[in-house]
Amino acid sequence: MAYFSDAMPAPHPNFDDRDFWNACAGQRLQFQACAECGTARHPPTPVCPHCRSFKVAWKQTAGRAEVYNHTTIHHASHEAVKPNLPYVVGVVTFPDVPGVRLVTNVTDVDPGQVHIGMPVQLWWDAIGEGMHIPRFKPAST
Amino acid sequence: MASEQSAYIAGVGQTEFKRHGGIMDRSQFQVAAEAVLAALADAGMTPDDVDGFASFSNDANEAALMQVALGVPQMRWSSMVWGGGGGGSCAAVAQAAAAVQAGHAQTVVVYRGLCQGQTRRFGRFGEGRTHGNFVHPYGLFAPAQMLALLVRRHMHLHPQIREEHLGMVAVNARANANRNPNAVMHGKPMTMEDYFNSRYIAEPLRLFDCCLETDGGCAMVVTTAARARDARKTPVRILASGHGSGPGWGSGPLGSQNMPEADYNSTNSRRIARELFAAAGVAPADIDVAQIYDHFSGMVLMALEEYGFCDVGGSGDFVAQGNIAWKTGKLPINTSGGQLSEAYVHGMNVAIEGVRQLRGESTSQVDAARLCLVTGGLGVSPTSAMIIGRD
Repeated sequence: MAYFSDAMPAPHPNFDDRDFWNACAGQRLQFQACAECGTARHPPTPVCPHCRSFKVAWKQTAGRAEVYNHTTIHHASHEAVKPNLPYVVGVVTFPDVPGVRLVTNVTDVDPGQVHIGMPVQLWWDAIGEGMHIPRFKPAST
Repeated sequence: MASEQSAYIAGVGQTEFKRHGGIMDRSQFQVAAEAVLAALADAGMTPDDVDGFASFSNDANEAALMQVALGVPQMRWSSMVWGGGGGGSCAAVAQAAAAVQAGHAQTVVVYRGLCQGQTRRFGRFGEGRTHGNFVHPYGLFAPAQMLALLVRRHMHLHPQIREEHLGMVAVNARANANRNPNAVMHGKPMTMEDYFNSRYIAEPLRLFDCCLETDGGCAMVVTTAARARDARKTPVRILASGHGSGPGWGSGPLGSQNMPEADYNSTNSRRIARELFAAAGVAPADIDVAQIYDHFSGMVLMALEEYGFCDVGGSGDFVAQGNIAWKTGKLPINTSGGQLSEAYVHGMNVAIEGVRQLRGESTSQVDAARLCLVTGGLGVSPTSAMIIGRD
């Protein structure tokens, strides 16, 4: 069963970000990077903002991350999240792909225990139609 | 800049303000048109004097149709600032001023009409958000949640800023609203205890840290120095105005939180603040009163720091010392009640309050106010601001 209800908005991949979501469908979390200068960027965009190259490479993370920021959400701005209240939206960073932040959820933990700097581990949430969403839970020590 | 070359605000106007969905007896377009006519009447002008329009936030009330509705004989300027929400409020005024100063037009009306019962509520999930794919699947839907993250990290890095300081911004706005009969929250006092009893929306923001969602229209007449002198009311000079963004903010808090590290816990105003004060030739200490876009209390605290009214991390102490309070503080802010307690017309209502202060017409009047800072929506791209003054 998916983390949120079936009514949850799913990603609608577009021309610029479809390679990110295709990788997620295959349970690979990868970020766009410049094939010329190596700078990672997120969300996907056609040009490297550092060297302006259009050549794209991808950097895959092994899934260890750190909580950079978080908020516990108590109000349902969409019907789909009502059963999940309160839930934690985290912003995480990756030691193996520096330079990008990912908005995600921190799950399997009392929201009051989530803190900046907390080590977390990727898990894949199957939301149906072959799509997987990257979410995170406390890293096992 | 010499006053003769400056653009001036000659009139301001507004309709009634109601809770969202409160105006259903006439169209949003009519509400916007009423605000435009009210601003022109305030200036002693008619639509025959108008030759331009400016708005922002994908305003649905098209300038070309406004010209038709009001019978404006010739339009020489129509512009719209990119970006949703209120980031563009002062930017639209800046565009009007630029048009007037460059001679493209003589009199440009900036307007915003918002009837959220007829369109959509800005505080809820909406399709089509920039980079929505990277926030919606995680339940990060609304600006309150997105900007709560910035406030959270700022308070983490500066733990001397506490939730009670957020509350002081909210309580201050409510106190001002209770002197303003046009405020939606007039007659509804709020104590710090009430604040702490309000529920969390997205930590650390509570319900009373979040702006109202309202219906209403606002407009402002921007014109030349010569025409402003002929207007009915005290002309208000636009000393400096501008809009813009640091790098990366287009996929910032309302996108995917990927703005630069040095900027993350900010309102995206450091650059514009520096340039604005330089262009106006004044310093933060010269500002008598400020109208700071208060979509969320915590962003107001961060803006007080970025606009140089206190040190970085010092905003909590700044408000705790009473500096933002009318009328004893050295920088009373959001004197109409702001968007936390007067109305939420995407910043245009607080811009109008800035003009009222400089004319001596506020219900929380700052003695001999000569200079006012007004900001547009904070923490978005683009953001905007202006410094206005009485000659």
